[in-house]
Amino acid sequence: MASTTLKKRKKHIQNPWGGFFFVLPSIIAMAIFVYGMIGWTLKFSFSNRTSPWKRDNSFAGFARYTELLQDPEFTHAFSNLLKFTIVFMLGTMISGLIMALLLEKGIKGEGFFRSTYLYPMAISFIAMGTSWRWLMDSAKGETATGLNLIFNKMGLDFLQNSWYTSVSGSMFAMALPAIWQMSGYVMALFLAGFRGIPDDLREAARVDGASEFKIYRHILFPQLSPTFLTVLIILGHISMKVFDLIYGIASKGYVTKVLAIYMWQVIFDFQNYAKGAAIAVVILVMIAIVVIPYLIYVNKTEEAK
Amino acid sequence: MSSDLASRASQSKDISRNKKKLDGKGQFWLVFRYFALSILFVIAALPIYIMVINSVKGVTGVNQSAAFVPPTSLNFGAWGPTWEILREPMFRTLVFVLQSSIISAIIGSINGYVFAKWRFKGSTVIFTTFLFGMFIPYQAIMIPLTQFNKWAGIGGTIYVLVFAHVIYGIPICTLIFRNYYQAIPNELIEAARVDGAGMVRIFRTIILPLSIPGFVVVLIWQFTSAWNDFLFAIFLTGGSPKLSVATTALNFITGSGNQVYYGNNMTASLIVSIPTLLVYMFLGRYFLRGLLSGSLKG
Repeated sequence: MASTTLKKRKKHIQNPWGGFFFVLPSIIAMAIFVYGMIGWTLKFSFSNRTSPWKRDNSFAGFARYTELLQDPEFTHAFSNLLKFTIVFMLGTMISGLIMALLLEKGIKGEGFFRSTYLYPMAISFIAMGTSWRWLMDSAKGETATGLNLIFNKMGLDFLQNSWYTSVSGSMFAMALPAIWQMSGYVMALFLAGFRGIPDDLREAARVDGASEFKIYRHILFPQLSPTFLTVLIILGHISMKVFDLIYGIASKGYVTKVLAIYMWQVIFDFQNYAKGAAIAVVILVMIAIVVIPYLIYVNKTEEAK
Repeated sequence: MSSDLASRASQSKDISRNKKKLDGKGQFWLVFRYFALSILFVIAALPIYIMVINSVKGVTGVNQSAAFVPPTSLNFGAWGPTWEILREPMFRTLVFVLQSSIISAIIGSINGYVFAKWRFKGSTVIFTTFLFGMFIPYQAIMIPLTQFNKWAGIGGTIYVLVFAHVIYGIPICTLIFRNYYQAIPNELIEAARVDGAGMVRIFRTIILPLSIPGFVVVLIWQFTSAWNDFLFAIFLTGGSPKLSVATTALNFITGSGNQVYYGNNMTASLIVSIPTLLVYMFLGRYFLRGLLSGSLKG
C-alpha cells in the first residue's frame, strides 16, 4: 500500500508539465497580444507610415522620435503629464494617508466613512467628468457656478479661479478629480498596512513612554515602507497613462493635453500611425522603467518562498 | 495574501475594548477626528450629490446658481428622454460585459490553480511576465489590435470588446485566483493526490467548490472595469453608433457641444453609473478585494 501511494505521488511530482499544458493558451495569448503587439507597435514607430494615403512601411530609424522632440505639441503634452503626475501623486498619497490615519485606530462609523471615500473607484470618469466639469466651471463673480460659487458665497473670492482652463494651472486643477478618485484606494492600502502591524508593538512603545508622534514616526511608518512602494508604483503607472479622466472633463483641449490624449488625436484625427506608435512607446517606456524593477523584486521574493 | 489584505482593510477595527473614559485631550482628538472625517465625507460625496439632485429637476429646471440646492419637488422629466438614448447602449454593454467577465473568470481560475498549486519549472517567471501585461498602457497595443480585429473578422462587431477585455484581463484574473488558491492548504491537495486524484479531478472536486468567493471577486472586478472602460471602447469601435456602449454613448450626450443641458447630462451620467454603484453598494467588500489584488504585495 505504502509503496503504491509513494509511486503515485512520485509520478505527479515527476510529471509537472500537466499544469503547463493548461496555462499554455494564456501563455500564447500573452506572448502575442502583449509582447508581440508591443513589438509590432515598436516596428510601426520606426516606420514611415505617417499618413492614411501613404502605406509606406519602410524603416525610418528614429526619425519619428526626433520629430517628437521638435514637436511643440508633444513637449507641451509631456510637461503637462509631468506636472499632473507630481501633483496627483503627492496629493493622493497625502490625502489617502490622512484618511487612513483618521480611521486606523478604529472609530464608530468607520465602515460608513470608508465606503464613502472609496466609491469613486466604482464610477467611470466619463460619468464623473460631468460633475467635475461643472464644479470646475471657470465663470467667476456674478455668473459663478460650481466651486467658484461656493467660494463666492463664503466670501473667499480670492480662491476663485479658472481651474482647468487656465494656462498655467490647468494640470493642477485636473489633478483634483484624480486625487478625489484615487484617495480612497490609497486609504485602503494604508489601512491594510496599519492593521497588519501587531498592536503589541504600539503598546510596548507606549509603555516605554514614547509619544504618539514618535510611535508613528519611528515604529509604524518604517513598517509601512512596502505599502509606500506599492502606492508609488500604482499611482505612477496610472498617472502615466491617464486618459479618460482628462477626456471626460476637457476632451481634447490644448491646455490639458497629455501624452495619451495626444496619441489618440494623432491616430484618429491625423491618422499618423507611425507617430502615434512612437508616442505610445514613450508612455510604455516611462512605465516600464518603474514597473519592471518592481516586478523583478516581487518575483525574487516569490521565488524565495 | 491579498484576501488577507482585503479583510484587514474592510473590517472595522474592534473598538468595544476601548471603553475607558477619555480624558480632555482624548475627547479633543475624538471630536477633531470626526470633524476631519466629515469634511472629507462632504468632499467625497459632493460630485455624486450634484449628479443626483440635478437629475430630478427636469430638463430645463437646472438653475446654475442654485445647482447645489436640493429641488423643492421631484421632476423626473429628464429621465425619460435620456433613458431612450441610453437604453440600447446600456443593454449592449450589459451583454458584452457579462460575456467577457464570465470567460475571464473561467480562464483566471484555471491559470490561478496552476500557478498556485501545480508550479512547473519557470512558472514564477512566466507568471511575472503575465503581470507586466497588467501595467502596460493599452495605447502600446492599440494599433496592432485594431488591425488584428480586422484580420480576424471581428472588426465592426461587439466581439472586439469581449475579446479585448478577456485577453487583457488575463493577468489580473490570474493574479486574483492565484492569491485566492494559495490560501487553500496544500495538505488538502496532497491528501487527494494520495487517494489517486489527478490535477483535473482535484480542481473539479476540491478547488471549484471552494472557489465561489474568488469568482465573485473576479466577476465584479471584470464587470466594473469593462463597464467603466472608455479607452478600448472608443479605440476599437471607432465611434460607430451601432456599437456604442455605456461610456461612449454618455460621452456623446455630455460631450463638449452639449454643456448647457445640465439636467440631461447629470441624469445620463447617473443612469450610466447606477449598475456599478449597485454592485459597489451590495458587494463592496469583494470589490475592495479585487482592487487590493492589483497591489501585488501587502
